[in-house]
Amino acid sequence: MSSAVPDATGHFGRYGGRFVPEALVAAVDELTEAFEQTRTDPEFQTELRGLLRDYTGRPSPLTDAPRFSEQAGGARVLLKREDLNHTGSHKINNVLGQALLTRRIGKKRVIAETGAGQHGVATATAAALMGLDCTVYMGEEDTRRQALNVARMRLLGAEVIPVTTGSRTLKDAINEAMRDWVTNVETTNYLFGTVAGPHPFPLMVREYQRVIGDEARAQILERCGRLPDAVAACVGGGSNAIGIFTAFVPDESVRLVGFEAGGEGIESGRHAATITGGAPGVLHGARSYLLQDENGQTIESHSISAGLDYPGVGPEHSYLHDIGRAEYRPITDAEAMDAFSLLSRTEGIIPAIESAHALAGALQLGRELGSSSVILVNLSGRGDKDVETAVRWFGLDEPETGG
Amino acid sequence: MTALSDALAKARADGRAALIGYLPVGYPSVALSIEAMRAMVAGGVDVVEVGVPYSDPVMDGPTIQAAAEVAVRAGVGLRDVLRAVSGVHDAGAAAAVMSYWNPIDHFGVDRFAADLAAAGGSGIITPDLIPDEAGPWLEASDAHGLDRVFLVAPSSTDDRIAATAGASRGFVYAASTMGVTGSRAAVGDAAARLVARVRSLAPEIPVCVGLGVSSGAQAAEVAAFADGVIVGSALVRRMLDAPDDRGVAAVRRFAEELAAGVRSRP
Repeated sequence: MSSAVPDATGHFGRYGGRFVPEALVAAVDELTEAFEQTRTDPEFQTELRGLLRDYTGRPSPLTDAPRFSEQAGGARVLLKREDLNHTGSHKINNVLGQALLTRRIGKKRVIAETGAGQHGVATATAAALMGLDCTVYMGEEDTRRQALNVARMRLLGAEVIPVTTGSRTLKDAINEAMRDWVTNVETTNYLFGTVAGPHPFPLMVREYQRVIGDEARAQILERCGRLPDAVAACVGGGSNAIGIFTAFVPDESVRLVGFEAGGEGIESGRHAATITGGAPGVLHGARSYLLQDENGQTIESHSISAGLDYPGVGPEHSYLHDIGRAEYRPITDAEAMDAFSLLSRTEGIIPAIESAHALAGALQLGRELGSSSVILVNLSGRGDKDVETAVRWFGLDEPETGG
Repeated sequence: MTALSDALAKARADGRAALIGYLPVGYPSVALSIEAMRAMVAGGVDVVEVGVPYSDPVMDGPTIQAAAEVAVRAGVGLRDVLRAVSGVHDAGAAAAVMSYWNPIDHFGVDRFAADLAAAGGSGIITPDLIPDEAGPWLEASDAHGLDRVFLVAPSSTDDRIAATAGASRGFVYAASTMGVTGSRAAVGDAAARLVARVRSLAPEIPVCVGLGVSSGAQAAEVAAFADGVIVGSALVRRMLDAPDDRGVAAVRRFAEELAAGVRSRP
C-alpha cells in the first residue's frame, strides 16, 4: 500500500507536493535525482548499512517491558529501542543517509533545524564523521529547555544559531533554515529532520527511517510468533512513527496509532495535536494538516516536549489518517509525564518525553485491547536531555524530608 | 487586460521601466498601511504590491518579517487586504496582491479570486507557489480575468523558466539574487543575466526584477535592463523607522526618488 505513495511528484493523495520558492526547485530536483539513484546503488547501500551497523549500533534491540505492561491492562508491551542508537534517538538513521547523499552531490556544508535537539545532535555528529561544515537552527525557547543538546552540538563542532523570531521553537527554526538554504543553496544541503517539507523529504526520510519497522517486524515475529495488535509511536513531524509504521502498513490486522502532543488539552487550545485539532493547508513546503487560525496563519503550538512542539505534520500521516489506515490521538503533558515516570520506575529506562507520549498511548491501547494483546511501542529516544524538565515537573529539586 | 498589464504597457510605451512598490497590509495599522500605499502612488509608483502578512514568511528577511509579525498579531486578514486593494485602485494605480499561499488556500482560491477582481485588483504574486502546484489558481485566475505572477530565480533551469513564464500573466518576477528579501549594496550581474534568459525563452511577457533594490540609483540601474523595478524592504524600512504620518511622508518621498530613477537615462 505504502509503495503506491507518494506519486512521482511527491503527492500522498491530496497531500505533500512542493510549495517552495522557485529558487529551491533546482536543489530539491537534484536531491530527488540523487536519492533515486542511490536507492538502487549497491555501493551506497553497503556504505549506509555498514554505518548503521558499526557506527549507530543497529539493529536496535526489542525489549519486553513486563512490569510496565502490568499497568497496560496486562497487554504484552514491547519496546523498539531507538533510544540505544548512537546519539540517543532514531534521528541518526535519517541523518546518516542524508549526509552520505550530501557527499554524493558534492556539497560541503549542511544545515538543519532542531526542536528537542536530537536531530541537531545527529546532524552535528554525521557532519563531524564526514567532515562537513554544520549549522543548526534552534528556537531560542528550545535552546533553554534543551541546553544539554546545545552543548553537545557545539562540542561536535557545529554552529548553533538560536532563532528569536515567532514562537522561538521548531517552526521558526525551520523558517530560518529555509532562508539560509535559499541563500546558500549552491554550497549547502538541508538535512531535514522529519517526514515533512517539500518532496523528496517526506519520501526520503521515510525510506531512511523505515529500518525501524523493518527490523521490529522481523524481531516481533521471531519473539512472539505473530504480528502485534497495535503499533504505537509519538507524532510531531512524524518521522519515528512513519519509520515504525511503514513495514506494517500492508498488515491490515495491525492497528497503527500515532500519539500527538495534547499539551494542556485540546480544549485549552495549548497543544500540538495537528491532526486531532488542525485542518489541511500548506506549511513548510507541503500540503498537510496544520494548526491555523481563521486567516490561515499558523498557530503557535504548545507541548512540554520540544520535539513534538510543531504545528505541522508530515503529509503521509495526513494521508494515512484520511484513508483510515492509521489513527491519531492526543496525549496531554500530564499523561506523558506519568508514563515517563512509570517506565523509569518499572523498567529502569528513562525515555525521552517525546517517546513518553507513545508509552502513555500504549497504556491506553493495552487497557482497550486486553491482556491477550501485543503492543509494539517505538521508544524513539532516551531521556537524558529531559532530566531538567522532569526534575521541575516532579518537584525533585526540593530537599527530601523525614528520615 | 488588467490594470497591471496596462501600467506595464504604458511604461514601455513611455520608454521606461515600470515602478512597483511593496508594502504589507496592517503595518503599523490597516488604515496607515493603506495611506502609505496611496502615498506611494502619489509619489509615482505604477503598481502596488499589496502584501498579505503571514506567520511564516520563509522568503523574507528581517525588515519585512518585523512588519508582518505586527500585522499577523493584530489579526490582519484577507478582508483587510481587499480594502487595501480598493484603496490603491481608487488612487489610480494597479494593485497586485503578494501572498504566501496558505492564507489564500485557507480562504478559498476561487472565492478570493472573485473578491479580488471585484475590488479592482489585477492579480496575485505567489512567492511559494510554483505553477506545478497551482492548478486551482490557474483555473480561478482564468475564470476571473486575473494576472498570475510566478517567480524565476538564477538557479532556474531553462525548461523551468520557459514553463514558469508560460504559466505567468502580467509579468514574470525575476528574483535578482539567491536569497531572501532585503536591501543589498549591489544588485549584481545575476539579475541582468536572468532577465536576458527569460527574454530569450519567453519574448512576449514583461520581466520585472525584485530583491534588494534600495535607492533611486539602483532603480535606474535595474530599469536599464528590466521591464519593471520592484522595491519592497526599503519602503517597509521607512514605515518601521517612523510608524506614523512621518513614515507615510517618507514613503512618498522615497517613491519620488525611485520614480525619478526609473525615468533617468543611463
